[in-house]
Amino acid sequence: MKKVRMTIKIYLMVLVTLTAMSCKDASQEKEVSEPMSSEMYQEDSDNQGGSGKMMAENAGNNATNTIIDNYLQLKNALVADDQEAAAQAGGKLVDEFENFDKSNYSSEEQQELTDIIEDAKEHAEHIAESAIDHQREHFDILSKDVIDMIAITGTNKKLYQDFCPMYNNNKGAQWLSATKEIKNPYFGSKMMDCGNIQKEIN
Amino acid sequence: MKVIKFIGWFFLVSLVVIQFFPIERNQSEEVSRADFMLVNTVPEKIQNKIQVSCYDCHSNNTEYPWYNKVQPVAWFLEDHIREGKAELNFNEWGDYSDRRKNSKLRSIISQIEDGEMPLDSYTLIHGDAKLSSEDKLEIINYITGLKSEL
Repeated sequence: MKKVRMTIKIYLMVLVTLTAMSCKDASQEKEVSEPMSSEMYQEDSDNQGGSGKMMAENAGNNATNTIIDNYLQLKNALVADDQEAAAQAGGKLVDEFENFDKSNYSSEEQQELTDIIEDAKEHAEHIAESAIDHQREHFDILSKDVIDMIAITGTNKKLYQDFCPMYNNNKGAQWLSATKEIKNPYFGSKMMDCGNIQKEIN
Repeated sequence: MKVIKFIGWFFLVSLVVIQFFPIERNQSEEVSRADFMLVNTVPEKIQNKIQVSCYDCHSNNTEYPWYNKVQPVAWFLEDHIREGKAELNFNEWGDYSDRRKNSKLRSIISQIEDGEMPLDSYTLIHGDAKLSSEDKLEIINYITGLKSEL
């Protein structure tokens, strides 16, 4: 009798372990399937893009504008020393970079945009899960990416390209702002007004 | 008492069972033409340091310690290596765009400066992977040079 009970126990344990293992596999499968759905999304938006160049151009501009809006949210969060809000804005940026439709640009521009977006997405991912000083480091390079992106896509937004000469051991760093007043996202409350306007966009 | 005994058996049996799950190995015979050391001219000393301290998790070849043969340690390592390679793979260096190279170089510098890489949990066992302040300076200087050449 004792032997039977022992065997049953062991069977149970093995069963539980195997179930736990299959859960692990399932979660991995889910990870794999996610990129596929974004591909499907791209196909959809491709079809829409074919319906007329004017509309397509508008759509491209809108996509850039949502990226800029979220970028500005991220910038404001860093100005306010708010790590959590910055992380959230970073997370949104990841999705928007992923869904950006490049199909309306020339192949050369597409190549450039692919490089920019690949890089920018990585920085946004890090911003979504880092401490604030790391967020700022990534925001520095992300800003460069967004500036280069706008140079290709254009925007109808009024933007100021600002420069803080002290950040990153006095190597300096750029950022974009929708307001003329300098509010520094790299130092936040420590040195709110460090910086100057480099360029006005629109 | 019975419960404790049951739990004890449970863990023991689980431990034995999970040993039968295959261990994935991050090992490749191929020499990548895009490798960091082939694309750049890296001084031998720095080459050695980077290979010992970084390549186990940031390339397609890991020199495994004996305890990798034991689960669940192997899973833990597998996870680390997967993450590390996604972040930076020295074997694919030549395939990165200049923009990404620039980003990666900057991250390498800041991670080494802040002492975040190599990971403490890694250097705890791999004493030879630890970077002295002199090593750090040399690597950072070299990487900074690469970055300005881009």
